[in-house]
Order: sequence, then structure tokens, then C-alpha cells
Amino acid sequence: MTNAVSISIQTQDFNLSDEVALLEQDNNIDGAVVTFTGRVRNKNEGLKVSGLYLEHYPGMTEKSLEKIINTAQQRWDIGRVTVIHRIGQLSIGEQIVFVGVTSMHRKDAFAAAEFIMDYLKVQAPFWKKELTEQGEKWLDAKSTDTNKAQQWD
Amino acid sequence: MIKVVFFAALREQLDCSQMEVTPNSTITTVGALKAHLAEQGETWQSLFANSALLSAVNHDMVANDHPIKSGDEVAFFPPVTGG
Repeated sequence: MTNAVSISIQTQDFNLSDEVALLEQDNNIDGAVVTFTGRVRNKNEGLKVSGLYLEHYPGMTEKSLEKIINTAQQRWDIGRVTVIHRIGQLSIGEQIVFVGVTSMHRKDAFAAAEFIMDYLKVQAPFWKKELTEQGEKWLDAKSTDTNKAQQWD
Repeated sequence: MIKVVFFAALREQLDCSQMEVTPNSTITTVGALKAHLAEQGETWQSLFANSALLSAVNHDMVANDHPIKSGDEVAFFPPVTGG
């Protein structure tokens, strides 16, 4: 049996096909699988980025993701949920985050995946430090992310 | 004892990742703990005056009026930027 909810905070990369296979394994009740993958961009706010460093708050990170997923489960009829977030040093193009949601129908899977990602952005204790051509720089939180999450209220 | 931890840019600016604070009759809420920490020096004062600073008690995000007691883990950190 595969667990309904899987949360992983890890330094190593993940494989999209493997994650989708786990969401689908022995799960013929759900006809919809929605996934989101976030990657490291080569530019941010006009500055060239050569990579980034991701810090988190062990213990709170997992707890906050559990709460976000729990809210999504109460709000939509969804099956399995996988959230993977990488930490440590990451280069351009590398995968940072994965959110996968299954459901009987696509509407709930799409909505829940977007909700989880929007709330992860504003509630899960991760911080990015960018390595730019002008040196290291902690990223400032964006008000657009806060507004996006508030749309679900 | 209250364990206090700091993260990301705040940790670097304070040059401190964690400390212990003895609770007393005035340090009973997150806001009161902030006021106590602000007395540690000029850097601390300006950083803890920032209203964007987030607080967590025992791994849950909380507001300034949240009560704290001995044995709690209180965290302070800048707005989060994951994903």
C-alpha cells in the first residue's frame, strides 16, 4: 500500500516519472493526476542568477506542509498527495519543488495542487539565498505571492 | 528555559542561530519576548522592530499575543521564500 500523503524535504534530486508512478500505483480509483515542478531560473529581478541555496526550519517545515495538505483534503475530494522540496545548494535548471495530487476528476486535482503550491510559498519555512553576479542575496518575499494565497480565503 | 531560534537573513544579521531565555513575569508572550530581545543591542533593536518578522511557537506560526512558557521553542524569521 502507498500512503495517501507523502512529504519529503531532501537535498537529492527527484524523478518526475517515479513520483507519478507512485501516485498511480494500485490506485485505479483516481482518473486525474496533476503535477507541478518548480525549477531554478537563470534570472530574477533583472539579475543573472548562477544558483541558489535553500534553508529551512526542520520540524516546522514538515508540520506546516501537513497542515496545508490537510486543509486541501478538507476542501476538495482528492486522493493522494506528494510534496517534495529540496534544500541546500542548487544550480540553474535544477528541480526545487514537486507537488502531485490525484483525484477522481481533474477539477479537484488542479485546484488542490495550485492551493498547496500557493500556501507552500507563503507558509512553509523555506528561504532562498541567490548567488548573483552581484554576490549573495537573500530573496525578499513577494506581495504577489501573498495576494495569490489570499485568493483562496 | 525558552529555546529561541533564528533563521535565514535574520540569523546572519544577528550572528546568532539560537539562545535560551529564562521566562519571567514580563516575558509571557511572543511580543514581550521580542521586546526583551530588542534590548540586546542596536542591531537587535532595529531587526525586532520590523513588523514583517514572522514568529512560530513549537512549529506553529503565531501572532505577537501568543503566550509562551518554559519548554517552548520560539522561532523568529523573515517572510518565507520557498517553492
